[in-house]
Amino acid sequence: MNNILNLVPKLPVAEQIEKLTAWITQTFSFLFNPIQTYSELFMDGITTFLLFIPPIIFILLIALLAFFVSGKKFGLTTFSVVGLWFIYNQGHWENLMNTITLVLVASLLSVIIGVPFGILMAKSTIANNILKPVLDFMQTMPAFVYLIPAVAFFGIGVVPGVFASLIFAIPPTVRFTNLGIRQVSTELVEAAEAFGSTGFQRLFKVELPLATSTIMAGINQTVMLALSMVVIASMIGAPGLGREVLSSLQRAQIGTGFVSGIGLVVLAIIIDRITQKLTNKTKK
Amino acid sequence: MTKIKVENVTKIFGKKSERVTELLNQNKSKQEILQETGVTVGVNNVSFTIEEGEVFVIMGLSGSGKSTLVRMLNRLIDTTQGNIYLDGENLSKMNKKDLREVRRKKMSMVFQNFALFPQRTILENTEYGLEIQGIDKKERTKKATQALENAGLGDYIHQHPNQLSGGMQQRVGLARALANNPEILLMDEAFSALDPLIRKEMQDELVELQATVKKTIIFITHDLNEALRIGDRIALMKDGAIVQIGTPEEILMKPADDYVERFVEDVDRSKVLTAENIMKRPETVNINKHGPRVALEQMKREGISSIIVVDDNRNLKGYVTAEDASEARKNSITSLETILKLDIPTVDRTTTMNDIFSVIHDTVTPVAVVDNKKLIGIIVRGAVIAALAGESEEELINE
Ligand SMILES: Nc1ncnc2c1ncn2[C@@H]1O[C@H](COP(=O)(O)OP(=O)(O)O)[C@@H](O)[C@H]1O
Ligand SMILES: [Mg+2]
Repeated sequence: MNNILNLVPKLPVAEQIEKLTAWITQTFSFLFNPIQTYSELFMDGITTFLLFIPPIIFILLIALLAFFVSGKKFGLTTFSVVGLWFIYNQGHWENLMNTITLVLVASLLSVIIGVPFGILMAKSTIANNILKPVLDFMQTMPAFVYLIPAVAFFGIGVVPGVFASLIFAIPPTVRFTNLGIRQVSTELVEAAEAFGSTGFQRLFKVELPLATSTIMAGINQTVMLALSMVVIASMIGAPGLGREVLSSLQRAQIGTGFVSGIGLVVLAIIIDRITQKLTNKTKK
Repeated sequence: MTKIKVENVTKIFGKKSERVTELLNQNKSKQEILQETGVTVGVNNVSFTIEEGEVFVIMGLSGSGKSTLVRMLNRLIDTTQGNIYLDGENLSKMNKKDLREVRRKKMSMVFQNFALFPQRTILENTEYGLEIQGIDKKERTKKATQALENAGLGDYIHQHPNQLSGGMQQRVGLARALANNPEILLMDEAFSALDPLIRKEMQDELVELQATVKKTIIFITHDLNEALRIGDRIALMKDGAIVQIGTPEEILMKPADDYVERFVEDVDRSKVLTAENIMKRPETVNINKHGPRVALEQMKREGISSIIVVDDNRNLKGYVTAEDASEARKNSITSLETILKLDIPTVDRTTTMNDIFSVIHDTVTPVAVVDNKKLIGIIVRGAVIAALAGESEEELINE
């Protein structure tokens, strides 16, 4: 019986993927290298800018934002102030800013790339059929796997961290954009058409505005996924709270590990609640 | 003038094959084709023309193909077969750009569930058609505001659709359609989602509006009463095909087949039929030519107890009874003038049966139907009852 299973020798899948990655790395190095250099500069710039803001001002700004998006309630506001102060108090302010930069850039890129793909999926059945399994694949593949090509393309540091986060975090934005557009009621689409809208007018004046709250829900998920990647991204050299968690783990320092972990939780809760509140606002 | 011409138009949902075409040519029914091939025939070989300024109603049960048909008129749905001409131009052959122009300038649509954009204010909704034409903000705001004011919605322009009642939302839908100043209005079950009272109000408003704006209106409904109230002509659809086209009276009085007859069976005729539809040819005598003797003879011949008196121009003068006429003859009176009775009830030819009913209830004489004082017919009580019961015109005449 085993003979049947052994009929075909081991397929060289791993070798082929390695070859492919190597080929891409070499062929596009003229692209990857400058991307790496400039992105690193750019992101350092953002972090430097964030660090340039005095922490007290930064905390106040976030508190104000939380206050207004939560409909002038004090719960989230208080939490933001206390949580951010705690991170500052523990000497993790710079790490926090590095993490924010990583999450911010990965999320922004996810939106910039994800929304158009979502639109494409909504408009073309062919694109939809092709991209759906790709998205499933991207989401179920363990996130660690993305680190390998990330390192191959962009070396070590924050840029491959963003790349890996991007791939892991982009699917919800694409999916929800697609869903949001598809669920616009037929009658409204017909109304747009019946008045003589062009394809662009229909998209920008009717479909996207009506899909906004769904798209926002997708973006919220994307941001959370990007945040969940920071520890993993630190394995390839992305700085920030994630790196602290990782090094505590390597040195078995329970205390520092927890402190940086709490820092991440605080950040996650603040980002989640604020984007959620923004999502609810767009529903009206 | 012919505005829209629909010529042998068919719409098939699903893969069109030679087999389907063949079955259609064999006049197979929608069900048979669905069973045999799995495709749905939305509209099956319909032809008709719509005149400029006409209110053309397309009526039929749910699923009969009304929405599909009306959507082919602005090509939200493309025809599978056949041609549609708008002002003589073949719509099916138009390129995208020309089609857009037609939709922007010539036709507007009103939807069953209003299809207002929820994120836009009432004003912004009404501006939509103008906005996408690139008309500048000031101009389009002016036009849209005017359209909303005409609809009595001037106070609500900055509200959002969900803040308005259904009736008001549909007024916005109509205002939005009219803001473009289109030649043609397509209304797909525009009033079907409204409460009965609001619905009737909107029907009245539409009829009133039409009297002033004179658009060509294609109105879809599944409600016969609605069709009869607002339609100049009605096309009745069944399983994608048109079974009868005609004026409301023709549909009611001469149903083309059993299907239409069953359809019109429980319509409230009293609101639809007018004096004209149920009157009979009157027996008359001329006051300037005839005397009591002629009147009496004629009454005898027809077996009636009174007769209507007119003058040379057939203007209604009154009536005389057989009793009075015979009395007058005995006394050798030669003129009808002295025995003329004036208490004959009259109704205009456009009076609905509802109103005739209350008139005829209080009188023993027939009711005279006049058109500008001129006598054009009489109504006897039996005819009213018969018409209410739904007998057809021929039966009424043969009575
Ligand atoms: N997009 C579609 N795909 C398949 N079948 C359809 C589609 N639209 C309508 N139909 C079918 O076509 C027929 C006519 O539908 P429709 O025009 O909506 O009827 P009505 O408006 O009179 O209720 C129905 O049998 C319906 O199921
Ligand atoms: Mg319909």
